[in-house]
Amino acid sequence: MSSGHGHSDGATVKERADLALNNDFLRKAVKFTTERLKGGKLKATEEHGNWEEWRERGKQIRLHTIAHLDYYLNLFVDNARANGVHVHFADTAEEAVHISLSIAERKQAKSVVKSKSMVTEELHLNHALESIGVEAVETDLGEYIIQLAGETPSHIIIPAIHKNRYQIADLLSEDAGEKLEPDTSILAGYVRRKLRAKFLEADIGMTGCNFAIAETGSMVLFENEGNARMVTTVPKTQITLMGMERIIPSWADLEVMATLLPRSATGQKLTVYMSGITGPRRSADADGPDEMHIIIVDNGRSLQLGDPEFQELLNCIRCGACLNACPVYRHIGGHAYGGTYSGPIGAVLTPSLQKNVAEWDDIANASSLCGACYEACPVKIPLHEMLIYLRRRKIESGHGDKVEAIGMKGFATVMSKSGRFKAALKLGKLGQKLVARNGEIRIKIGPLKGWNSVRVTPSLPKKSFRDQWGTMEAEIRNGLKEMDPDMKNRMEAIVKDRANGGGHGHG
Amino acid sequence: MKVSLFITCLSDAIYPRVGEAMVRLLANYGVKVEFPTVQTCCGQPAFNSGYWDEARATAKTILEAFEDCDFVISPSGSCTGMIHHYPKLFENDAIMYEKAVKLQSKSYEFTQFLVQVLGVTDVGATFPHKVTYHPSCHGSRLLGVKDEPLALMSKVKGLEFVPLPFAEDCCGFGGTFAVKMSEISGAMVSEKSDHVKETEAEVLVGLDMACLMNIAGNLRYRNEPVRVMHLAELLYEGVKQA
Repeated sequence: MSSGHGHSDGATVKERADLALNNDFLRKAVKFTTERLKGGKLKATEEHGNWEEWRERGKQIRLHTIAHLDYYLNLFVDNARANGVHVHFADTAEEAVHISLSIAERKQAKSVVKSKSMVTEELHLNHALESIGVEAVETDLGEYIIQLAGETPSHIIIPAIHKNRYQIADLLSEDAGEKLEPDTSILAGYVRRKLRAKFLEADIGMTGCNFAIAETGSMVLFENEGNARMVTTVPKTQITLMGMERIIPSWADLEVMATLLPRSATGQKLTVYMSGITGPRRSADADGPDEMHIIIVDNGRSLQLGDPEFQELLNCIRCGACLNACPVYRHIGGHAYGGTYSGPIGAVLTPSLQKNVAEWDDIANASSLCGACYEACPVKIPLHEMLIYLRRRKIESGHGDKVEAIGMKGFATVMSKSGRFKAALKLGKLGQKLVARNGEIRIKIGPLKGWNSVRVTPSLPKKSFRDQWGTMEAEIRNGLKEMDPDMKNRMEAIVKDRANGGGHGHG
Repeated sequence: MKVSLFITCLSDAIYPRVGEAMVRLLANYGVKVEFPTVQTCCGQPAFNSGYWDEARATAKTILEAFEDCDFVISPSGSCTGMIHHYPKLFENDAIMYEKAVKLQSKSYEFTQFLVQVLGVTDVGATFPHKVTYHPSCHGSRLLGVKDEPLALMSKVKGLEFVPLPFAEDCCGFGGTFAVKMSEISGAMVSEKSDHVKETEAEVLVGLDMACLMNIAGNLRYRNEPVRVMHLAELLYEGVKQA
């Protein structure tokens, strides 16, 4: 199974994150672009004016579709086949690769042009194509850069987010055999000319799929560069790979998704191109592929179906908003996550697709659980909660850290009885005498090593709150003012409302 | 009306002054706050790390402590947020689940209680200082406490409010995250301190002592002379000064 060929070395997310944290180019580049995208999204959602309602609509559409995925998949497949599309199912990455290579071999293909597709990254399809002597050319600018660098995408929609334009100019200059100025239009112009030839000679066009429309068997692509249009119109054969959850019921639902996706991804009202493709070229069409294949990929997705804690993961529309909102992602970039998908969605998706929680646990720990991902998500996936469920499943399956387990047992022993907590505070006050100076602890050993390397820890005061309570309570009782009747009425009304099963009005 | 204080283990042990500020402020409105001493910790460190049996053992002290009161108030959006997880934590125990749902419905973060329940925004405080505010993630995102602290600060005489750039970014605390992923956490808190410094505020306030301990610890480490306090402390100090 695809074991996440992230570019960064390092066995754990902690090691990979340390590499990223020491890479100033990466941190500046990622910070710059995520802030721009986050700002763009904020502006676009404010201008939309009714974002929360549309977000809820998006969530409901996705919930409904995934709850009836078998029905909508069948409908989609029947309609796509009626349109003349060859539809294939792949349970695993290996099967999806095998089907793709068989088509390429049958077509005696020498080259494949690709538009941006995360699912083909998940399958490591480029390597597979190259292994049978087929050239695979990424035609999305960011993907092209990453391919030249021999790396994997570090962001779902901005694959080369971790590179600045000087690094990109160096890469493209090497490719061009001449010095290219680090000017965006010069660099893009070079790639455009180079790719034009590749489009014209390609035997196969390969795409991902943003949405598959069940009611007509169509596939929809969102893009900004026009390369996906070229990929789906010039080559004689088209292969589209899609995760089995990309389905939405109807074109009416696409309106909601087309409102949510570009705004969430880049802050655009709509991407520059949005293409709906319903089958191969018809006789009256001037262009388009003569043969069209759609490969529907499972590769771990059905593990989420019927799992109440993780089914909503299949609602994801791959917009990348959670990456842009995530403060951890901003500091460590995408490769530190070690899988095809990075950021908060990757931290949950990668282990979920693999089912080997023990191996991937450390990514779930690389989050402060701040909930920025959930807030940013256009279909409201509770990623911050799923991260906790992943951690719990790892502990329950016996793959927890032994030292931490002992610590947690101790924590529960102390905290399950207030008397023990009180005793522990007493003990702490005694113990800290060795390390505390002027109300501060600066020592860098044990669990305080990492914490105190950038912080100072306050020591325990002489008296805890519970130590002071007796005296404080007596003082307060003496000085208590009369409660305002209005205030009293408010409180009583709230309690009454609560007893009647009324809304709590908060939380 | 019985109002009980959920002090949180952190404020109990390290920041008792925050609890004191809360109960003394509320006494001005005739709210006699109770403090059930059987309470310990909400269990969040164990819950977030995946140790739910241990979290349940601890959470039971909170469920017991606040079973018979009408309102639970806490100086932490995060620990109040943990109470919101109790129904999930006890989903396989019908009796405890029912208690959990009940507790959730009556639990309030301090400013939520002050503004939403008591209807107070002007506590009559004076605090002539430049102040910035860090909205903690769990309070603002999970409980939706966004306007309450701003409304309270806007009524404080002399207080000059300076918005914190990138205020909504997490400070990097995240409980055990700060220990397990200390380098990432360190990068996050350093960035937060940079933003605090940019405001040139004399005082940083918040609604969660864990986050404030994190930021204050880093500011102190860097020798930045910024005073860090809970909003309850600021209001109480401001009332005494008025």
